[in-house]
Amino acid sequence: MSRIGGSHHSATGTLKRLFATSPTLRRGLLVVLLLAVVAAAGRVVVPIAVQVTLDTGIQSEEGPRTGFVLGSVGICAVAVFCTAWITYRMNHRLYREVETALAEMRKKAFRRVHDLSAPALGGEQRGDLVARVTGDVDQFSIFLQFGGMLLVSGCQLLVGSAVMFAYSWALALTVWAVFLPLALILPRLQHRLSFRYADVRTRAGAMLATTGEAVAGAAVIRAHNASGLIGGRIDTAVEDHRRAQGRAQRLVAVTLSSGEIAAALAIGAVVSFGVVLGINGHMTAGELVAFLFLVTLFIGPAQMSTEVLNELQNALAGLRRTLAVIEAPREVEDPGEKGVELEPGPVGVGFEEVEYAYPDGGRVLHGVSVEIAPRSRVAVVGETGSGKSTFVKLLTRLADPSSGRVLLGGVPLTDVPLESLRRRVVMVPQDGFLFNTTVGENIRYGRADVGDDEVRAALADLGLTGWAESLPGGLETPAGPRGEALSAGERQLVALARAYLADPDLLVLDEATSAVDPATEQRLQRALETATRGRTAVSVAHRLSTAEAADRVLVFDAGRIVQQGTHEELSARPGRYAELYAAWQSATTGAAGTAGTAGTAEAAGRA
Amino acid sequence: MSEADGPSRRKGLPVLTAAVREEPWIFGAALAASALYGVAPVATSWVLGRITDRVILPAFESGETSHAALAAAGAAIFAVAMLRVVGVIGRRVGAGLMQFRLQSTYRRRVAHRYLQLPLSWHQRHSAGRLLSTVNSDVEAVWAPIIPLPTALGVVIMLVSAIGSLILVDPVLALVSIALFPAIGLLNVFYQRRLSPLAARAQSLRAEVADIAHESFDGAVVVKTLGLEAHESARMAERAEALRDANVAVGRMRGRFDPLLDALPNLGILTVLAVGTSRMASGAIGVAELVQVAYLFTMIAFPVRAFGWVLAELPRSAVGWERVRAVLDAEGDMPSGELRLTDPGPLNLDARGVSYAYNGSDVLRDVTLSTGAGSTVAVVGPTGSGKSTLAALMVRLIDPDRGEVLMDGMNARQMRSGEVASAVAFVPQEALLFDDTVRGNVLLGLERDDAAVWEALEAADVAQVVRELPEGLDAGVGERGATLSGGQRQRIALARALVRRPRLLVLDDATSSVDPEVESRILNRLRTSQLPSTVVVVAYRKATIALADHIVYVDRGRVADAGSHAELLARCTGYRSLVTAYEGEQNGHRAGDGAEDDGSQGDAAVGASPAEAEEGRTA
Repeated sequence: MSRIGGSHHSATGTLKRLFATSPTLRRGLLVVLLLAVVAAAGRVVVPIAVQVTLDTGIQSEEGPRTGFVLGSVGICAVAVFCTAWITYRMNHRLYREVETALAEMRKKAFRRVHDLSAPALGGEQRGDLVARVTGDVDQFSIFLQFGGMLLVSGCQLLVGSAVMFAYSWALALTVWAVFLPLALILPRLQHRLSFRYADVRTRAGAMLATTGEAVAGAAVIRAHNASGLIGGRIDTAVEDHRRAQGRAQRLVAVTLSSGEIAAALAIGAVVSFGVVLGINGHMTAGELVAFLFLVTLFIGPAQMSTEVLNELQNALAGLRRTLAVIEAPREVEDPGEKGVELEPGPVGVGFEEVEYAYPDGGRVLHGVSVEIAPRSRVAVVGETGSGKSTFVKLLTRLADPSSGRVLLGGVPLTDVPLESLRRRVVMVPQDGFLFNTTVGENIRYGRADVGDDEVRAALADLGLTGWAESLPGGLETPAGPRGEALSAGERQLVALARAYLADPDLLVLDEATSAVDPATEQRLQRALETATRGRTAVSVAHRLSTAEAADRVLVFDAGRIVQQGTHEELSARPGRYAELYAAWQSATTGAAGTAGTAGTAEAAGRA
Repeated sequence: MSEADGPSRRKGLPVLTAAVREEPWIFGAALAASALYGVAPVATSWVLGRITDRVILPAFESGETSHAALAAAGAAIFAVAMLRVVGVIGRRVGAGLMQFRLQSTYRRRVAHRYLQLPLSWHQRHSAGRLLSTVNSDVEAVWAPIIPLPTALGVVIMLVSAIGSLILVDPVLALVSIALFPAIGLLNVFYQRRLSPLAARAQSLRAEVADIAHESFDGAVVVKTLGLEAHESARMAERAEALRDANVAVGRMRGRFDPLLDALPNLGILTVLAVGTSRMASGAIGVAELVQVAYLFTMIAFPVRAFGWVLAELPRSAVGWERVRAVLDAEGDMPSGELRLTDPGPLNLDARGVSYAYNGSDVLRDVTLSTGAGSTVAVVGPTGSGKSTLAALMVRLIDPDRGEVLMDGMNARQMRSGEVASAVAFVPQEALLFDDTVRGNVLLGLERDDAAVWEALEAADVAQVVRELPEGLDAGVGERGATLSGGQRQRIALARALVRRPRLLVLDDATSSVDPEVESRILNRLRTSQLPSTVVVVAYRKATIALADHIVYVDRGRVADAGSHAELLARCTGYRSLVTAYEGEQNGHRAGDGAEDDGSQGDAAVGASPAEAEEGRTA
């Protein structure tokens, strides 16, 4: 499951972290807040107009004074328009500031996901990570579309209270007395609600992850008739999500009804108590009626605040998940400017007592030490699970060792700026993942400076011109989502051309041609030999033809290098390599018998 | 207001009717609650007017009042306000319930449709887009449900408000009759302007999701090529476009919301102005004026519920289109009533089979036959159509032309699920689910642990599983992340073997497995008493050597077929493919390979197998 999780900071804590992520936001919001106060003050105009009209305009001794009323109403109308304009300015600013901050957050979270080490990425549920940079941010953005109201409402509560006190402190206290218990209970309810919403977001992530499997595993599910099983899992995940929504909603109903009941009590109390005050000469009829209007000015926002605060909890639940990504420790720390630039030219590699263990504790490399000279061609062989893939992951800094050091050109890998590292060291992974664009675009992916001619030249160097021309649209052929319009072997060809074009000083191939046909692979291998002459090349291979052509072979077994030397040396003496080679020979030369001594003897004999 | 409906709202309305049809009872309850909520303001303002008349004014004039009158006034206001409470809670809970149920119903429908739709459909749609549909599109479709009962309650509110106003004073009623349509028109105008902006934001959200999904899926490639900055820039560009779209939506809301706020306030001011002159002429009293003004205060906010429904409709309509596109997607694989009853190995025939992808032929007029119980190897260069052929054999896809026969029966006329129950397929890329080893091997099949161990043993992965702390119960992580590529392939193989298939199709299924392990597996397969027809897509000679019959595929056609010896003797393409490594290993064997030993230096620019193949046929 997800290792990033969603730390549960308080609402203010979360907002503080949001401010920390986007420093400009704090100042921007201050202006918004000022505008909100003005906008809220503008809303008090109408109740005052009602009071003035009733008391001075209508209840005056000489009867209704139409002129006076028209005048005051006119002034108030102007104030109403001004308020509207200021609210517009405020909204506009609010959206701009917060959306800018959210976009920054989205970008940072996205970048941080790419900064997670490869093993961490493998363990994270990708659907969940996608949710953290999309739906979770969107949730807050959608909330924001109503968020302006929250701000004005909040200010309105204050301004409303102030004016209420100005009219009648006794009635104002009455209203507050009614709302006080609510103000005490509400934060607790909100707190519980925030957990329920966090649950909703987590379950939404789980739902996406389950559906993601159904999409990615389309072929397997059909081939094994597992639609029922996977469909059942999806149903469970969707229903779990719905139930979590229901649990959150029940709490919402409680908070809502408490707000509404408080409002009803407040108005009833104001009328009864106000009449008593009026009889005792403490207030006029107009003042009482105006006060009733004022109470609605207070109650409306108070009710809406509960509603909006509920939504805020939901939005914050998403925000926390996104912030958790941004704040996740950068597992592969980029030294950046402070780093040591590598000397130009071919680079050598050194492993010094390198250990690697997965975060969950499984140790896959034990004390690996090895020197790879510049310009040498090294093959890494070993059985599945022997640690050879981890070896190249550490070599290319897709992860850092648990202990020990990896050196590149004599410089510790952790001191090399990632930008320069990725320029000098390129790895071709086994899974030739392609982007959803054309084959040509995939070959030059991420490099605007490379034209069609250079792509063609690269393909020609690799002997792949014939293959590229055989594609239905040539280089313009769409690769499809994940490159699935091409076969696995073809994807590997594209990935190889892509790496070749990147022109690295150290080329690392991790079973990069495992799905390519043998004849093409042989041609590729010879082409790469020519092309990478004078550079360092490390290939993980399960086809031992690669090892035959290498300067040196590293044999991995159970997380250690158990043998190293040339193919000739290693195949001549009994050991791990001789066994592997015998199996390989019997597999490729069609000797249908089992791997065994005959093969070993033959290999030994020929060497 | 309906005559002013915009096009996207017209598309949005069927969505709402669909919602009501799906959940009529909950909707009815929510609507009833909302009606209560609708009449509450009129009732409240009427009560307040009466209290002003009968309690407040007399008390202020006479300087005295009774406890009974006070209590009655307070209670009356509380009671009528409680009416509103019940209404508010009822509609909110009802609407929420309805929305959640609709969301979950449609999420399940969409996801199940994903499971039903053929592989060819999946190949045309990106995973990011499909996930976006199940998540945010479904969410968008039912977003208007929350404010819907409120909006309908508001209709009742407006009707009752105008009714009570006419009763109070026709002239003041005229003010409201002028005001309400003004609010309505403003709303419609507002939504018109907002619709395209909201739709744009929604589609940008989907694009952002697509980029995130693709980029995270290819994280290793991004890392190894140092493309983080490029990918971040790609994301940033769309994220900023989304930000601008959201700001544009916000600005439009920010412009109209204050206006919608201002209108009822202006209404109250107008009521005060007109009311004063009406009072001067003696047409109404203070109580009526208070009642009307209060009414405006109460309905000012709810009237905007319309705006909310209208605001959600464009987003909803876009989401609905995408959801419908999945639910209504065509191309389900046809099924009939035929059954595969014979228990023995399956007899597979392909007759004149063609298949095109994206308008270009992948397979052309392929005919082949496997005898029951035989082992057939499909061999061919990269990109020649072997995997497509394998997918056709297990009916993951149907041919565009020609037919695939199983035991002489057309696969298209088979009962649904029949093919999968008799045939097992191991694809090139082993996909494991985030489940235990046992769960991944069985995939819903009912078998005891002994059968699982037996299959793991046959796939040479039992030892690996035994060493896991939790054995069969060990979780494999998302996509089998805790296992290596070779281990995943072997678990996938065990998954096929545990089903005791009558036809086993292996699509280069041991490519990540070391030769030593592979030869162990293959020997077990060969010596096992498994009554099965086996088709292997393979390159390795040892794998091919297991086959009774070899089909050589090149550029989507069967270029040659026969025994290994026959093909070696007469098919140049085949020979260069299977002897590729021998050219290296036993370089001095005379005149056997297409490329002799001396060609190493210039082989890079030499003929591809395909070209060599053409040379043969010419």
